[in-house]
Amino acid sequence: MTKDIILEAKSLTKAFGSLVAVDDVSIAIQAKTMHAIIGPNGAGKTTLFNLLSGVLPPTKGEVFYKGENITSLPPYKRAHLGIGRSYQITNIFPNLSVIENVRLAAQAKGKDNFKLFRKVDDFHEYVNKAYEVIGIVDLAGRANDFARDLTHGEKRKLELGIMLACDPELLLFDEPTAGMSSDQVPELISIINQIVQQRERTAILVEHRMDVVMSISDVVTVMNQGRILAEGAPSDIANNQQVQTAYLGDLYGELA
Amino acid sequence: MVNRRDAIKKNKLVSSMKGEGTLLVLLVVLILFPFVMSFITGTGMNEGVTKFWQGQLIIFFIMAVFAMSYDLLMGFGGILSFGHAASFGGGAYTFALLMKHVVPPITHNYRITIGSVNITDAIVLIVVFLVVLLVSILIGLLFAATSIRLKGAYFAMLTLALGSAMHMLVKATDFHKWTGADEGLHGVPVPVWLNPTQNRLTVYFVSLAFLIICYLLMKRMVNSPTGRVIIANRENEDRMRMIGYNPVTYRTIAFVSASIFAGFAGALYSIWNTSATPTMVSAVMTVNALIITILGGMGTLVGAILGAAIMQVISQFFYTWFGARWPLVFGVLFILIVMFLPYGIIGTWRMKKHDLKQFFEQGKRIIAQKKTLNQEEEA
Ligand SMILES: Nc1ncnc2c1ncn2[C@@H]1O[C@H](COP(=O)(O)OP(=O)(O)OP(=O)(O)O)[C@@H](O)[C@H]1O
Ligand SMILES: [Mg+2]
Repeated sequence: MTKDIILEAKSLTKAFGSLVAVDDVSIAIQAKTMHAIIGPNGAGKTTLFNLLSGVLPPTKGEVFYKGENITSLPPYKRAHLGIGRSYQITNIFPNLSVIENVRLAAQAKGKDNFKLFRKVDDFHEYVNKAYEVIGIVDLAGRANDFARDLTHGEKRKLELGIMLACDPELLLFDEPTAGMSSDQVPELISIINQIVQQRERTAILVEHRMDVVMSISDVVTVMNQGRILAEGAPSDIANNQQVQTAYLGDLYGELA
Repeated sequence: MVNRRDAIKKNKLVSSMKGEGTLLVLLVVLILFPFVMSFITGTGMNEGVTKFWQGQLIIFFIMAVFAMSYDLLMGFGGILSFGHAASFGGGAYTFALLMKHVVPPITHNYRITIGSVNITDAIVLIVVFLVVLLVSILIGLLFAATSIRLKGAYFAMLTLALGSAMHMLVKATDFHKWTGADEGLHGVPVPVWLNPTQNRLTVYFVSLAFLIICYLLMKRMVNSPTGRVIIANRENEDRMRMIGYNPVTYRTIAFVSASIFAGFAGALYSIWNTSATPTMVSAVMTVNALIITILGGMGTLVGAILGAAIMQVISQFFYTWFGARWPLVFGVLFILIVMFLPYGIIGTWRMKKHDLKQFFEQGKRIIAQKKTLNQEEEA
């Protein structure tokens, strides 16, 4: 499996005062794979995402996207390069309709952002794209409802829809199933699979549910206290003695 | 799905036509108003109550544009600026200063004619308004620059400080010869055809046209690709950035366009008063726009217009009704409005309409579900 490396982090470190949330993390993501990152609460997964997406500047280290050093690029420029991100804590446009949430994302990469006196509805490209996306994330029935009126599960789908509408090459999923009941999870997983595989995209998936991680990822990286503990194929990780004794056994009983 | 989309589009069209219809009726009423008023009261167009009420409406038209421009910033862009009067006053002072000190020597010595028609006044007025445009853009850029690094309360405080600096500048005694310092600039020479004392009806229709043009432009803007991103800035700056928009760029567009509308409103206000005074640059002016916008409903341009109308009526009648105590009465009224109509008059009305619709749709959904359940049971 020698594919291109699409994203690479070199000795990434992020310290909040004396707390080192991400500690000398080096990770390489192969193009067109699903790369899972797991670890207990507070391991530094979200902080790592913040560094990769440009929300936070690293204390130390560098990030490369397709060989280009993007360490100092702001998030909106990374978005234009093809990096998309969804949030663990739902981060949508609450007082806009569902379709507008997604349409805004679809419009971002286009050339019409500075048309001040043209009607939004005249740009069919983005409207159609938005309807296509809410079809994929199964929100077509709620297109004209305010995002704030959605149920939690629907908001999680919208969260993915916004990222998908940006048409990214690399998708960072931060616990897409966060707060969902178990019976809602399979649908979301199939949506993620649709988003990623059908389009031949690369994804980094932070996820707490081990069954999900094991079934859909190609590579798994285990983080603990800001550091990388282990990395390998899902089956290797499941059987890794070090990982298990370190914490998996206790936290994720279902694995043992 | 295509059918559904068409249905939605049709619905939107119908409801927007209804809205436009109401506005069109209002417009006709406003156009006929001076004539009807003159007919009923038997006073001439340029005298008595007819003239007086034209004046009241002129102030309303101008304040409505100023309030809409504030709404563009606060209600749509989510940008809370306490220095917006800088743009309004900037426009007023630019106009007054040029008309008073720069234009007279020029018109005295030069005249521009097409054939035998003297168009000097018209040309001069156009140039003056171009300078107003330029100054407004610069003020907008200045405020936008402060929003690059500062956020929230710090940003709001800085806008207040910037606005106050402008206020102090026009009051500075060093420039007394030019600005009139505390007293302001009075007796601004306005061309006769645009003079509010001699030709009030013209000023009335110019102001009305100004309001309509500004309303249509702003309405277009908030429904344009750019405008929608400005709204996204209000909703969620972080997410906006993550999907590929630079908030600074769009805030700058919001600031500059709001400043242009406010600047022109200020220049027109200076025509109406034939003066420019420090009050026009003061925080009181900004707070007026703030109150009007909150009254009518933030993020609804129509709300700003309605709010301006209400304020004009209140400031007119409350004094005669309540005497010197009127601000107290207004204060209590304002608190009640904010308590019972938290999203302003238009905002709360739209919200209620939306809630009602939600309620009915939910009911319909439940009934439909029951029906299918029953059918399944029967089968
Ligand atoms: N902005 C911040 N300021 C200070 N401390 C922070 C900040 N963000 C995260 N931390 C701390 O950094 C550590 C790592 O947090 P992070 O959110 O990255 O963990 P995580 O692996 O995503 O956890 P979870 O599974 O709960 O989402 C935690 O101890 C957290 O309290
Ligand atoms: Mg996290």
